[in-house]
Amino acid sequence: MVGGTDEVNNVELLSGAEMVVRSLRDEGVEYIYGYPGGALLHIYDALFKEEALTHVLVRHEQAATHMADGYARASGKAGVVLVTSGPGATNAITGVATAYMDSIPMVVISGQVPSAMVGTDAFQETDMVGISRPIVKHSFMIKDPKEIPEVIKKAFYIAQSGRPGPVVVDIPKDMTDPTQKFEYEYPKKVKLRSYNPATRGHSGQIRKAAELLVSAKRPIIYSGGGVILGQAAGPLTELAKNLNLPVTNTLMGLGGFPGSDRQFLGMLGMHGSYAANLAMHHADVIVAVGARFDDRVINGASKFCPNAKIIHIDIDPASISKTIRADIPIVGPVEAVLSELNSVLAETGDKPAKESLNSWWKQIDEWRGDRKMFPYDEGDGSVIKPQAVVEALYEVTKGDAYVTSDVGQHQMFAAQYYRFDKPNRWINSGGLGTMGFGFPAAMGIKLHYPDEVVACVTGEGSIQMNIQELSTCLQYGLPVKIINLNNNTLGMVRQWQDMQYGSRHSHSYMESLPNFVKLAEAYGHVGIQIDRLEDLKPKLEEAFALKDRLVFVNVAVDPSEHVYPMQIKDGSMRDMWLSKTERT
Amino acid sequence: MRHIISLLMENEPGALSRVVGLFSQRNYNIESLTVAPTEDPSLSRLTLTTIGHDEVIEQITKQLNKLIEVVKLVNLSESAHVERELMLIKIKATGAQRAEIKRTTDIFRGQIVDVTSSVYTVQLTGTSDKLDSFIQAVGTASILEVVRSGVTGIARGDKVLSV
Repeated sequence: MVGGTDEVNNVELLSGAEMVVRSLRDEGVEYIYGYPGGALLHIYDALFKEEALTHVLVRHEQAATHMADGYARASGKAGVVLVTSGPGATNAITGVATAYMDSIPMVVISGQVPSAMVGTDAFQETDMVGISRPIVKHSFMIKDPKEIPEVIKKAFYIAQSGRPGPVVVDIPKDMTDPTQKFEYEYPKKVKLRSYNPATRGHSGQIRKAAELLVSAKRPIIYSGGGVILGQAAGPLTELAKNLNLPVTNTLMGLGGFPGSDRQFLGMLGMHGSYAANLAMHHADVIVAVGARFDDRVINGASKFCPNAKIIHIDIDPASISKTIRADIPIVGPVEAVLSELNSVLAETGDKPAKESLNSWWKQIDEWRGDRKMFPYDEGDGSVIKPQAVVEALYEVTKGDAYVTSDVGQHQMFAAQYYRFDKPNRWINSGGLGTMGFGFPAAMGIKLHYPDEVVACVTGEGSIQMNIQELSTCLQYGLPVKIINLNNNTLGMVRQWQDMQYGSRHSHSYMESLPNFVKLAEAYGHVGIQIDRLEDLKPKLEEAFALKDRLVFVNVAVDPSEHVYPMQIKDGSMRDMWLSKTERT
Repeated sequence: MRHIISLLMENEPGALSRVVGLFSQRNYNIESLTVAPTEDPSLSRLTLTTIGHDEVIEQITKQLNKLIEVVKLVNLSESAHVERELMLIKIKATGAQRAEIKRTTDIFRGQIVDVTSSVYTVQLTGTSDKLDSFIQAVGTASILEVVRSGVTGIARGDKVLSV
């Protein structure tokens, strides 16, 4: 390691730049995603000498944040981003906001102009702490190099505890001066008197919840991303299995309960399944776990689930009763609360009455029928339906891939047709809805899990928002699979234009698209074109057989397809379009 | 309804901007705001008044509590409390007006803290309503300048907001 040693006290003397790098190493960080620049040069020089950290040089800072984000969503650990001042920092903003909206742990270290120049409109100066304020869990600006180890420790602690989120550490260049050395010690623990996230739920409330649940006639579990982040898939599944409860997941919560299980009703909400939305509407007790009653889930708030009593379990008190009033609020880590709820139920042995639960399941099974969970018009096979591509992807990858997505119709199709049996496998930007997220997120996962299959389901609109990262993939050997559902149109925009704007397709058509196969080849990768339905499975198999190559699979899909069901604006949960012509 | 929210926060750069930023970011009102360090120099006490339905006030207190630098928070309006606002007001005072303003100031238990041949500067403390009443009594025509501190307050009885 670089730096000197103070012989007398036997402590290491490091510069600020060395302390940044060393603190990251001592925190157990393996990967940094970043892009150098003037304000970061001291830190990059220290990084050059540090072998324990792998740095990935992206082609655009937005991609660095999404890579860190993908890594964090798959591994549960904070992703680390290193960007320079000014444009480096502003380019990272979209990714910081993406992480904030989905509560993803991330530490963003941004370079800043020297302290004496802050506020003078210096070259490449921007107020990163100010710009990022509404979209971070917390932020720091280093005022003294000696603070660096403690601030970095705090940043990781805050990012990863409680309701996770991104933390920005802004470091003026003079704080990293290589000629100024200070005593270095990385703190083992930090304590913040003003920050104490709950470590368990209120036992009295948990008992009340258990009583309400066993008295239910038409109960349902509605679980969200908090179950994934809070590693609570185990106790959630135990609760559902023990009481034989139907389960629906939000877009962010998929994988929190096995997607191929009989008790799983599919995703709920705007593009949720018929059975899930109807079951929610008619439920008398809803157990909401790590979910925040988002507007894309509840539809019209005033008509939401008129007969339901709501048990709401969440680590963040501000998520409870924000849009929908909870009858039994429980603040705490979902894993701890669910485990305690399970043991309370085991203790008493109480369960909801069998007869009422049986008739509830009978009703649900009627709603489900013998159709697919998400039925669609499969056509005559002359064009490839986008839904069929995801179904084929599910078969070819045996339901065990890490699947990332961008934003739009393809995202909804991936969420509907890929059955996630495990948590942390479905990675998408649910809150902010960031196009350009999926590909770099897939790269972050592949880097950390090189032996796993990682596929990015995308569209020709989204993929072009970070397509430059094909170059990064070649440099670092990241053989992800890109499944491009290419319909020459911004599909979700077009769908809304079809449904609400008299099919006036204002600027939703993509002309002059590149030849994606040749483009992939130009970047040194493999491109595969699929135009016919009979080629779909064999060519996907061919793509996934090329384990060591990035394969860009460009699939020409039906541009007229819509995502259904689609809830009718301001209606109740059960008000949905089921196809272009049928509604509930 | 108007609520007085009072909080202790770390006396650190950026803490105040986070509190104020939260209000604009989430579309909450701030009617008044006052902040200064406490007897413990590591802590600042911030008091603000805001208007909103109970659900909004509940969200405001929860969101404020989420800010890392906010150590403790109380909604003073929820229980018995003392509230005060300080006003300095410059009033035209010539001829017969001089005696009249002096009288009004005495009635409101204010003090004249600065005098020139044509101007009185009056200092007044009390609830916001009392300050409003004084302004009304003097009449806006003769008022040259008004500066108000914003509401600050403290709970009655044994209750204290401390770390």
